[in-house]
Amino acid sequence: MPAASAPAPHPLPPQRQRWDDHRIEVILGNLLRTGVLISAAIVLWGACIYLFRHAHEPADYRIFRGEPSEFRTIPGVIQSVINGRGRGWIQLGLLLLIATPIARVAFSIVGFAMERDRMYVAFTLIVLAILLYSLLGSGLGM
Amino acid sequence: MTILAFTAVVAIVSFVAGLLGSLTGLGGGVVLVPLLTIFFHVDIRYAIGASLVSVIATSSGAAAAYVKEGFSNIRIGMFLEIATTVGALLGAFLATRIPTSALAIIFGAMLLYSAFLSRKPRPLDQRNLPPDALATRLRLNGNFPDLEGQRSYNVQHVPAGFGLMFGAGALSGLLGIGSGAVKVVAMDQAMRIPFKVSTTTSNFMIGVTAAASAGVYLSRGYVDPGLAMPVMLGVLAGSLLGSRILVKAETKSLRLVFSLVILVLGLQMLYQGFWGKI
Repeated sequence: MPAASAPAPHPLPPQRQRWDDHRIEVILGNLLRTGVLISAAIVLWGACIYLFRHAHEPADYRIFRGEPSEFRTIPGVIQSVINGRGRGWIQLGLLLLIATPIARVAFSIVGFAMERDRMYVAFTLIVLAILLYSLLGSGLGM
Repeated sequence: MTILAFTAVVAIVSFVAGLLGSLTGLGGGVVLVPLLTIFFHVDIRYAIGASLVSVIATSSGAAAAYVKEGFSNIRIGMFLEIATTVGALLGAFLATRIPTSALAIIFGAMLLYSAFLSRKPRPLDQRNLPPDALATRLRLNGNFPDLEGQRSYNVQHVPAGFGLMFGAGALSGLLGIGSGAVKVVAMDQAMRIPFKVSTTTSNFMIGVTAAASAGVYLSRGYVDPGLAMPVMLGVLAGSLLGSRILVKAETKSLRLVFSLVILVLGLQMLYQGFWGKI
């Protein structure tokens, strides 16, 4: 009788794997924070230039006009930064901010590959493809 | 108002929203769009663009603090991000096509729901649930440090959770919010993931979800640098400060006040949306 009711196999992955997951997460967490702080510093620098030049002009966001192409495409933003425009720097910082979670997803692929977890390498590639489509396929790269 | 005054006031309001959002766990993004549209008369599309950017900043900024605790589950996060990012893309494309008054009405309804959820006590964690076949195959089950050592959990109802996450992603992309409230409901109530794990995993997912729609918003010209700058810097500073004092502060009454603010803003958004003022 007792032999028949042997305990079911434990559903949890072994302890070592969880620890590896945790180490990957700590590295990724620090990557995210560094990315955010660098992008905040770039935005702040752009803010100084922008406010220095335009502080006393009226602010009006009542009517939606849409941004000019120099503030809504990657080449436009880079050109705007080269021209020394404050708002160009702000957009560069915001682009970097959007890139940080994407970088986190990209690095997760390496982590899952090191654990030889093919299923999660595939899942992560799907998420990365969606993110890259959003960033490049929506006209931002043009 | 001059640009200097506008920037300063928006930065202060964003700082307070980020601080309260972080202290109460209700998120700052959810109050920013109504505050900007109702009190600063900002077009709702600019407000959503700026809010979305600040959501990424808060999520990524808090990530390092969260992962140290070892509660979040990157497999649950990555698997569900497939649903949230597809939803976010869809939401962002929808946002460029529907009238702004409809956006305001959906936003108002979302605020009322958030206010209701924040007053409802969270269900107690159910322990020792049997392993679910799909969750086991997807390796979603895990464990986390508890008072009594490592506590393990078995994830339930994976398809329902995945579907709800798609909805959370669509709302995030449509309204420029983190929609952490919906994400936590999907993970707490459908998937029965313990509270500490769901809260921290949801924070991780919010940044990736928002990044999926941010590209669309930026390329459509919804992200104005002059507006996004004070919003992003203010919310980031506020939420970083909030996460430092989180443990010590008495959050119960604060949560009540903040959910009342959300309720009032929700009613305002509905009113202005229905009367075509937005």
